[in-house]
Amino acid sequence: MKSWLTTTDHKRIGLLYFWTAFVFFLIGGVEALFIRAQLARPENQLVSAETFNQLFTMHGTTMVFLALMPLSAAFFNYIIPLQIGARDVAFPRLNAFSYWVFLLGGLFLNASFVAGPLFGADRLSVAPDAGWFGYANLTSRQFSPGPNVDFWLLGLQILGIASLAAGFNFIVTILNMRAPGMRMLRLPVFTWMTLVTQFLVITAFPVITVALVLLMFDRFFGTHFFVPQGGGDPILWQHLFWMFGHPEVYILILPAMGIVSEVLPTFSKKPLFGYTVVVYSGVLIGFLGWSVWSHHMFSTGLGPIADSVFAGTTMLIAIPTGVKIFNWIGTLWGGQIRFTTALLFAVGFIAMFIIGGLSGVTHASAPSDLQQTDTYYVVAHIHYVLFGGTILGLFSGIYYWWPKMTGRFLSEGMGKVHFWLTLIGMNLAFFPMHFSGLLGMPRRIYTYPAELGVTRFNQLSTIGAFIIGIATLVFFWNLLRTRWRPSNAPPNPWGGATLEWAIPSPPPVYNFTVIPTIASRLPLWQTERHGPMTPLPDRPPAPIHMPGGSWWPMITAFGLPVMATGALAHLIPIVLAGAAVVIVGIYRWAYEPFEM
Amino acid sequence: MPRGRIYFDAVPLVLAAVLVLLSACSGGGGPPHPQSIFAPKSDFSIDLNDLFKNIFAWAVVVFVIVETVLLIAIARYRARPGAPAPKPVHGHTFLEIGWTLAPALILVFIAVPTMRTIFATAGHAPEGALRVQVIGHQWWWEYRYPTLNIGAANELHIPAGTAIQVEMTSADVIHSFWVPALGGKRDLIQGRTNRIAFRTDSVGEYWGQCAEFCGTSHANMRLRVIVQPDSVFERWVDLQRAAPATPAKGSPAEQGQQIFRRSACIGCHTITGISAGAVGPNLNHVGGRGTIAGALFPNTTESLRRWIQNAPAAKPGALMPPQNLSGPDLDAVIAYLQSLK
Repeated sequence: MKSWLTTTDHKRIGLLYFWTAFVFFLIGGVEALFIRAQLARPENQLVSAETFNQLFTMHGTTMVFLALMPLSAAFFNYIIPLQIGARDVAFPRLNAFSYWVFLLGGLFLNASFVAGPLFGADRLSVAPDAGWFGYANLTSRQFSPGPNVDFWLLGLQILGIASLAAGFNFIVTILNMRAPGMRMLRLPVFTWMTLVTQFLVITAFPVITVALVLLMFDRFFGTHFFVPQGGGDPILWQHLFWMFGHPEVYILILPAMGIVSEVLPTFSKKPLFGYTVVVYSGVLIGFLGWSVWSHHMFSTGLGPIADSVFAGTTMLIAIPTGVKIFNWIGTLWGGQIRFTTALLFAVGFIAMFIIGGLSGVTHASAPSDLQQTDTYYVVAHIHYVLFGGTILGLFSGIYYWWPKMTGRFLSEGMGKVHFWLTLIGMNLAFFPMHFSGLLGMPRRIYTYPAELGVTRFNQLSTIGAFIIGIATLVFFWNLLRTRWRPSNAPPNPWGGATLEWAIPSPPPVYNFTVIPTIASRLPLWQTERHGPMTPLPDRPPAPIHMPGGSWWPMITAFGLPVMATGALAHLIPIVLAGAAVVIVGIYRWAYEPFEM
Repeated sequence: MPRGRIYFDAVPLVLAAVLVLLSACSGGGGPPHPQSIFAPKSDFSIDLNDLFKNIFAWAVVVFVIVETVLLIAIARYRARPGAPAPKPVHGHTFLEIGWTLAPALILVFIAVPTMRTIFATAGHAPEGALRVQVIGHQWWWEYRYPTLNIGAANELHIPAGTAIQVEMTSADVIHSFWVPALGGKRDLIQGRTNRIAFRTDSVGEYWGQCAEFCGTSHANMRLRVIVQPDSVFERWVDLQRAAPATPAKGSPAEQGQQIFRRSACIGCHTITGISAGAVGPNLNHVGGRGTIAGALFPNTTESLRRWIQNAPAAKPGALMPPQNLSGPDLDAVIAYLQSLK
């Protein structure tokens, strides 16, 4: 137990990220099922308007910040050091700090579900209820007087710290900790996409941090950054939020694209088609991701020139995205494809992401978007991108790397049941949303009249959502049962080409007995010019020094929710106590010797 | 790997099943869709619809080609026992250039009409257009006709065949005015004025609702646009200009007027000559409206009773507090409101 609380081993932290994010994924999924149950028929009374608004706000916030990002982070943690031939990340204790901040930030946000009585509310739940995008001026104290929006803004502020710390950590790790000979254009594509993602994190998160600070000042200290009566501008919030929010979309999708770029070559026994083009298009997507934010705001009246520019830049992003898809198909073409669950999910990713990408082009066109934005058509789009894309990609990664991470295979039979149920469920849930949206159903409505004529589409969506729920239970069982099964995974069960497959499953704490020297992009494969790498020795030839554990990252992280709780309750002493914990924690951490 | 084959063959079957299910749902005999974007009735909405159809056609072509190639790839190249190792192809320069240029070219065909439509639908009506101001409130719509000197709530009356210049703002949070048959949505933002312009020749009643999440009863912020022939519209304007009806002496409506005058109603609602509240809708001609409460309920005795007795129970978050009126008093107030044609 203690060894897990104080661990600085990237592999253990990766597993902690995985299980924590998976639990939040289940919570976000249950929220989605409540939403779908409420919308299963017109004028339904299952949940109240207030509860529904909390559910969709928390569903979005949870899935983006507490499930998808940290599930990607589980792979960054576990796999990146192994892929680049390192013993750990550059800053192992900072890495532990990121995890604890993420966990505590997530618990803080979700505590709002039961914190009502503490704030004198007449209901149990005071969960955030202004949408995951928290548009001003609905979030001002005047229109959202309760603690709901405070939970949201303080929770996101805490989670941002975790993401930023991890972002810097992984950039330094990837740039500085590569094994000898691992040149940048020999990096596995997953590592490359992680690097691009982390640059997006460290540039995008400061923007939302600033926006949240301004909102905090508006709500706590009576400033008027977003309040029109005081000379502020609610549209400023939208610019700041989407300047973060659009890069965030690529923060969510690029890691999954990286996973698919690893899985397809392994299971078609062919190198990735157009490696450099796939890498550069990922970098280009990262850059372009910064120039499209206002396409979320076509209905706010930015004027025809701004609309044209942002429509144009948004369409440009379709090109590198399309190029990636063509290269993935090029990888499969001419290969020897083994239909493992990991491969099925990767192919499912491509097939579903195409749908999300194409519906994206229909709302890149600003005038066309005026009929689509804020309707279920857009809900369909984001779910084809984030479920059909990110989640299918992450599932592919889990089936691919689970033997490496735990030494145990997931059941392929159950995996295939999981895959088909997920694919059928998601199409049943999300495809009809295109229709309900275009037939006039706005997003974020807790009820709709039967006369709208969208009841049957909503029923299909609800059935689909519950099929996804069943699929996820099958998957959960598949994960759990590996815990009490004997270790059965060899070092390279799939015949992968990258370094993580050169070491035992699960790897020893020091990862590599000897840091290998890399001569090829596919070190474990026979290529035209290079034979496979010589196997590493079974035992380290010399003792390997690994850093010991530390309590201080966790203790420092603990100060942050204490500060946030003080702010929520308007109790300055608690804020100061939390700040003291953070300062003392950082101080002790900085002076702690490496040996324990 | 024979098992792989079974799984692969299921792909088209599943896709076919999904398509059949969907077409069964969307196919004939279904209910009408009063808020569909596919029945455009104005120059604005027809422009948007044409553009969408254009892009959608491209999307379908790309979808069919790419998904087909993907399916062919996984069908043709599944692993066979004893097959030789695949050729380690690393890429192909001309293919890369080709599949970069192809989507770029398609995007030109999408971008040009997009830019053209952006400028054509920028929201400026020609000279002589009828100006209508739309003001968003949590959770209802206020309309003002500055050149006609009248106002309305939730039901927007406009003449057919006349260009309409809509100017939008909000009294509180951000809302979005959306009537799919007549055009795309635009946000209502406090401190700003947004514009759309359109012209329709189709007389009829069109549904719309708020499209930007605006708080508790966002789902219940609905509206109607009633497009009328010129003569009918002019009669409606005359009616709105007229002073509110005076109830006959001794009628229940007259009694209702007395109760209205001395109850909390006057704090929020205007009835010219009786009260000057400015929080809720103007009630001068409320009896002539087809709906109440943000076009949520039909304007019937029963819904008026429910609404006045306990508005927040009928519409969550509604700012109108429950009114503690006795049965006969309530009936009288309803009679009065219904008399205000």
